[in-house]
Amino acid sequence: MKSPTTSIAFDRPARETAADSFAMWVLIGSEVMLFGAILLVFMFARLSYGDAFAGAAKHLSLPLGTANTVVLITSSFAMALAHMYTAARRWRAAGWALAATALLGVVFLAIKATEYAREFSEGLAPVLGAPFIYKGPDPVHAEFFFGLYFAMTSLHALHLICGVIVIGGILALWPRTIEASRFRRVQAIGLYWHFVDIVWVFLFPVLYLINR
Amino acid sequence: MSSDLASASYLAEGAGPRSWLLTTDHKRVAWLYFVSLTAFFFLGGTFAVLMRIELATPAGDLVSDDVYNRLFSLHGIIMVWFFLVPSIPATLGNFLLPLMIGARDLAFPRLNLASWYVFMFGSLFALASVVLGGVDTGWTFYTPLSTLYANGFVSTAAFGVFIVGFSTIMTGINFIVTVHTLRAPGLTWFRLPIFVWTLYATSLVMVLATPVLAASLILIVLERVFGIGIFNPDLGGDPLLFQHLFWFYSHPAVYIMILPGMGVVSEVLPCFSRRPLFGYKAVALASMAIAVFGFLVWGHHMFVSGQSAYAGVVFSFLSFCVAIPSAIKVFNWSLTLRKGEISFETPMLYALFFLALFTFGGLAGLFLAALAIDVHVHDTYFVVAHFHYIMVGGMVTAYMAGLHFWWPKLTGRMYSEVWGRIAAAVTFIGFNLTFFPQYVLGFLGMPRRYHTYPPEFAFWHILSSAGAVVLAIGYLMPLLYLAWSLFRGAQAPANPWRATGLEWQTSSPPPAHNFDRMPTVTRPAYDYPMKGLTEKRSDPVEDLV
Repeated sequence: MKSPTTSIAFDRPARETAADSFAMWVLIGSEVMLFGAILLVFMFARLSYGDAFAGAAKHLSLPLGTANTVVLITSSFAMALAHMYTAARRWRAAGWALAATALLGVVFLAIKATEYAREFSEGLAPVLGAPFIYKGPDPVHAEFFFGLYFAMTSLHALHLICGVIVIGGILALWPRTIEASRFRRVQAIGLYWHFVDIVWVFLFPVLYLINR
Repeated sequence: MSSDLASASYLAEGAGPRSWLLTTDHKRVAWLYFVSLTAFFFLGGTFAVLMRIELATPAGDLVSDDVYNRLFSLHGIIMVWFFLVPSIPATLGNFLLPLMIGARDLAFPRLNLASWYVFMFGSLFALASVVLGGVDTGWTFYTPLSTLYANGFVSTAAFGVFIVGFSTIMTGINFIVTVHTLRAPGLTWFRLPIFVWTLYATSLVMVLATPVLAASLILIVLERVFGIGIFNPDLGGDPLLFQHLFWFYSHPAVYIMILPGMGVVSEVLPCFSRRPLFGYKAVALASMAIAVFGFLVWGHHMFVSGQSAYAGVVFSFLSFCVAIPSAIKVFNWSLTLRKGEISFETPMLYALFFLALFTFGGLAGLFLAALAIDVHVHDTYFVVAHFHYIMVGGMVTAYMAGLHFWWPKLTGRMYSEVWGRIAAAVTFIGFNLTFFPQYVLGFLGMPRRYHTYPPEFAFWHILSSAGAVVLAIGYLMPLLYLAWSLFRGAQAPANPWRATGLEWQTSSPPPAHNFDRMPTVTRPAYDYPMKGLTEKRSDPVEDLV
């Protein structure tokens, strides 16, 4: 049987679990700076070009954005269940809850892709040299809005894709993972998943809701 | 080289490439980093020497202006991101952090190895941009030059730097968690060696500042590759935004580079003056203060970029503030020497040179933080000289001090003390000859980044170029005698310098699991002069030559 700790530095699994979640918190601190920098850029630009940004924001799809918010918060609920079941050693239930989390993540990505496709077809995506067709006031700064929108949401989607892949990996290895490691892994990915959810909770009002 | 060492040593745990490339032993990962970083140091140094040769005459006779632009860009990119940022943390820090806190390894040994692979993957992109024809934006990648006009391989180089950022963050997370969770029994925070404090402060900055650099580089690549307008005014963007984002990372980054150097010097000075570090708590907390203040001063790079005059005043004031904790350290180091029983072994020589050069470069920083003076010397050789006094005179000198101080622990071998002292002196002379004239040049109005100049600047440029040759010799010498010592050096005892610190309580080189018996700490750091080890030392020069 494998040693209960992954790192030779630890002599007890409990210490290692604590170290794991601490490391995840430090990583989240780092991620906050990443999204924080881009959010700050967005806020700064919005203060400078308020009218253009407010006008451009109306072209985003509120129903799809709202649906995605619901989907993602539900996925966080499923993740919380997975954590609870793991702590209670109900492994089968925990596995299903993890699968539900990943599935809801995929649903979010699918809705996001629909949204992107709609924006491309309407000429709102100034990406890869595609023409930017916009009839509202101040199209130059509206284009800036869409540039930032695509940068922020695609960065968030990238984080979500990483989360889905990691959950897939955890599930694939689930039967062969010792119990102490199962709890460590769920705890770490759980923190990450909730963080990515919270980033969306900031992005949604900032992009979709202000001055609606 | 491992065959004749004690079988318990980490070097004896296998010698094939697999045993190195798949190792999770922090001591071996440190060596992986050490070998790659040394290669980058000499590559970046070669670009610098080519520049100085070009500048030996006022005319542009060795290289064209375009090639010169590529030389200084690659020199900066390689030295900053592929040498200075990882240098002390990834080599000495990686090797020593677990030893100094009495742990068997870092908290995440596999993450540590992964960070090296990520580093090498990123460096492939940087090297590719060198081979394909280089970058001409300077190491700062300023927009709109980098997004609209640059014809070099900006995306490749920026992507390489972006990837290396992940490796930096991995190291930072690993160090922070290790310091929090793996200290030996009795090793309270205020008993930690200052080197550990500075690694901790550096890791915090790594974790919190690197993502902002990542964000700005992502946005550059998005703009260059996908045409999303963030910095290009034609697409609604704002070019100044890049400078804000870039310096929000890159100013704290200079503290990433210098803080571990300060830590090394805080280890070496007490050891060779047989005195406890003066004002231990003040030095420890000053490291944290530097890490925090470092985030609030980025605007002093933009005094003439068109930011508001009020912002300029605030950033100027905050930049003066960040000098306070640095000054606290300099005064405490100086007072550590007072009434000390000082001896001048190679690490001590480097540490004293650090003290002189860092102080000198730091004072020039105050000139640059003053708004009016900065307008005069902005983008001149004065800035170049200031930066190199801190980064080369400070950081690289401290790196050399640490390398010599811990070389017996790293390798189990003693280097030649005579050659060590000669190389330290040559480096000191060469450094000052290279960079002091650049202060004068900058003050006289010579702008940076030009490959030709009016003949009246020739005198100072020739001095500087001559100094660069001396400096290059000073850096090549350790390469030779340290390599020689690997094979022919005398066996090192466990504690050749009679130093305090847990890393000296295990054998040289340490066993694979660091300690045969896990240590317990009952005394403060820098408990000099060590009782029971007070017999007169024999002269190391006599011993070794």
